[in-house]
Amino acid sequence: MSSSARQKFEVLVVGAGPAGMAAAARAGESGVHVGLVDDNFSPGGQIWRGGVEGGNPQAAGWMERLQAAQVVKLCGVRVFHQPETGVLLAETKDEICELRYDKLILATGAREGFLPFPGWTLPNVMGAGGLQAMVKSGLSIRGKRVVVAGTGPLLLAVAAGLRKHGAEIPILCEQTSWSSLARFGLALAGQLSKIIQGLQLMKELAGVPFASSSWPVAAHGKEALEGVTILRRGKAETVACDYLACGFHLVPNTELAALTGCQVEDGYVRVDEFQRTTVPGVFCAGEPTGIGGVELALVEGQIAGLASRGRSTQARELFAERRKLKKFAAALEDTFQLRPELRDLPSAETVVCRCEDVPHSRLRSYPDWRAAKLQTRCGMGSCQGRVCGPATRFLFKWNPDSVRPPIFPARVEGLAMAVSGPELEHQEITGGCQ
Amino acid sequence: MSAGAHDVAIYDVAIVGAGIVGAACAYESARRGLRVVMVDRDTTGAGTTAAGMGHIVAMDDSEAQFALTRYSQRLWQELRSELPDDVEYEQCGTVWVAADDEEMQEVERKRDYYGERGVTADVLDERLLRTLEPNLRSGMKGGLLVPEDGVLYPPCAARFFTQRAQERGARLQFGVSVGHIGESRVALRDGSEIRADIVVNAAGASAPDLTPGIAIKKRKGHLVITERYPGFVRHQLVELGYLKSAHSVSSDSVAFNVQPRRTGQLLIGSSRQYGAEHKEVDHPMLVRMLQRAQEYMPGLGQMSAVRVWTGFRAATPDKLPLIGPWPGDKSVWLATGHEGLGITTSLGTARILVDQMTGAKPEIPIEPYLPSRSAQEHVHA
Amino acid sequence: MPSAVALTVNGVSVEVALGTTVAVAAMQAGQPCRISVTGTPRGPLCGMGICFECRMTINGISHCRTCQILCESGMKVTTNE
Repeated sequence: MSSSARQKFEVLVVGAGPAGMAAAARAGESGVHVGLVDDNFSPGGQIWRGGVEGGNPQAAGWMERLQAAQVVKLCGVRVFHQPETGVLLAETKDEICELRYDKLILATGAREGFLPFPGWTLPNVMGAGGLQAMVKSGLSIRGKRVVVAGTGPLLLAVAAGLRKHGAEIPILCEQTSWSSLARFGLALAGQLSKIIQGLQLMKELAGVPFASSSWPVAAHGKEALEGVTILRRGKAETVACDYLACGFHLVPNTELAALTGCQVEDGYVRVDEFQRTTVPGVFCAGEPTGIGGVELALVEGQIAGLASRGRSTQARELFAERRKLKKFAAALEDTFQLRPELRDLPSAETVVCRCEDVPHSRLRSYPDWRAAKLQTRCGMGSCQGRVCGPATRFLFKWNPDSVRPPIFPARVEGLAMAVSGPELEHQEITGGCQ
Repeated sequence: MSAGAHDVAIYDVAIVGAGIVGAACAYESARRGLRVVMVDRDTTGAGTTAAGMGHIVAMDDSEAQFALTRYSQRLWQELRSELPDDVEYEQCGTVWVAADDEEMQEVERKRDYYGERGVTADVLDERLLRTLEPNLRSGMKGGLLVPEDGVLYPPCAARFFTQRAQERGARLQFGVSVGHIGESRVALRDGSEIRADIVVNAAGASAPDLTPGIAIKKRKGHLVITERYPGFVRHQLVELGYLKSAHSVSSDSVAFNVQPRRTGQLLIGSSRQYGAEHKEVDHPMLVRMLQRAQEYMPGLGQMSAVRVWTGFRAATPDKLPLIGPWPGDKSVWLATGHEGLGITTSLGTARILVDQMTGAKPEIPIEPYLPSRSAQEHVHA
Repeated sequence: MPSAVALTVNGVSVEVALGTTVAVAAMQAGQPCRISVTGTPRGPLCGMGICFECRMTINGISHCRTCQILCESGMKVTTNE
């Protein structure tokens, strides 16, 4: 039986990626008790995974600011429910935690978008960010052949990273057209940092075959992946490989925002210029408000952190930079639209809901998500629709369901934890990386 | 499913509500050659039906309740070979769990009651109970095994009835909102109208919205479903205190009630609340329910819960459903008010409803379920 | 040189560097993390704890999300059926 722990913060930040770290640091620098919660064992989120310990100077810099501001870091802690306003319930391996807050900042980031195609459930077919995360968690890919495919600038960063670790990349397939990419490149021309990043990437990726208007049509293998058939210039080619790193852009993690009652519009959390959501006292920053990358997340996080402490003048100083960076976000969204041909990738037998093994043929006759869910169990599995939800939204134009607790599978004893009164004594959470 | 189309055909029966009760009625009506149309604001089995546990049980709360549930249970057993796989019908049986001597006496009483009426029921002592259900906490006094009870997955059962009805000529109008029913008409909110000799209100917890004066109150319940833990629980487990919970007419209550699904997932219930109108999860109620569940089955605490949801049962003052003509309007009939027994009694309800429509002799006495029984009473406050 | 952690995956002995996740250990041992409901082998997909394909049983506890769990000496890891 798990022990329970209770903590109270003036500002609680959920998600320790760039947006969350920036928000927590800024809030903490104003001298109040700030908590930063994340379910990974280290801050940094996805993009800075392994970076805060020194691998990434920018990440390390923000980490120092967090330490200096005495932000309480709660790592390995997963939020699953809001039993009442002002309280979140979270669990660790051995504890159930009650987290009270005056202000809440949601920096829950984004996850990869997945699309089904024949063979995509074979072991060693992974997300692009997924494989990168594995490599950062100890997977050796030296000498391995990795096909990178899908859409979005993440593919380039992942390919460069994989190469650094000794992988061979036979091809990088981007589904967007070359003309679209060229336009994107022009849009970035106005931002020096992006140009530098771009040039750096080009250097790191020199020699990697790159194909636009190209995507995987099937993954092959018996017990695990052995090769991928890709479409390039209208022709199918089969490439032998050990891993397929395949991701189709990013999907915002809006579940906690929806659970806490924030308005979510067109898949993004609605915020005003101070990153305030439609719920008083709740802020949101970073990818859930619009996919825009690290720089935008850092600025939005800072604005949210400052605004949570009423520092509107300081927050305003960042508005201009945010405006500039949002242009990049808009260009991103514009460029990497999924092409309609991708709707035809799955065959009748291709599994669309991986948790419950529901194939495409069973789903396509349903008019909406809810009917399909009730009849086939699509979306009722452990991932709670995080993988199949965006996929079916694209494939069938369905709209997702409402969000219910727990927003992650959680131990029954956690759901059974009564919320204490606000004045109770606070025990420190013993897990994590404080 | 043409919302907005003017329906000039006149049906024998129009059923409002495609939950398991409405769908069963549609199937039964169509099967007997009536011209049927079924209407729902959503799709089949998507409301309270989807929220329910899907427990098929012979209940001994009263003679009338026993008669209807037992009759229906037999109909389910007759139907089982025709049920598609995704209905997941399993005759796993119920084990009523006794925590103390008083409840063991109740076990004996139930065994006698069932025995006198031809329902197999075996008393389990402490040791036998532990053998059958090793994950119950130690110290349980015993229980009663009723092997003919079963479980199924309600949304697919409702769909099965709906499909069968459609195959026999029933028309479906889903995704349409009903504004008003009465005088052989179903008036849809889009302005169109359906005309039928009989309009059946099978709208469950929403029935009073369509037929003012029905003494139905919403009784909110919570359920939790876990990841797959095959073999952890073998039967539907219900504490004998359940009856005290279901009995109470005014207060909020919880009772230990756990179901093994064919997938290996566990369904954990149950809770009852009056006066709750919103469908959000009520945390204090959830806490009470899960703490009660862990008292009976400590191992549940460490299990991973994937989803929590709520549903509204349609509860009547005498705990019996309303099946038959509504005195307030000659053309309006009711098939509603099933509280927590809608899945079980859907088949029996459909039979006796259509018996009344066609003048056939019902196989069980129907007086206890007639809506006219409550028409004289004042509307429940 | 990072210290090594020794554990077993489906009985196969694996040695990994400190700081390696159980998911990676399973991949390195060539073992699927779980078997899907229709019997197909699965490995990690998202690498960030949301897809649940990396679920394995660790020391008797099922449904552990191995991409977020660090290897510890002596762990007995098996494919989640």
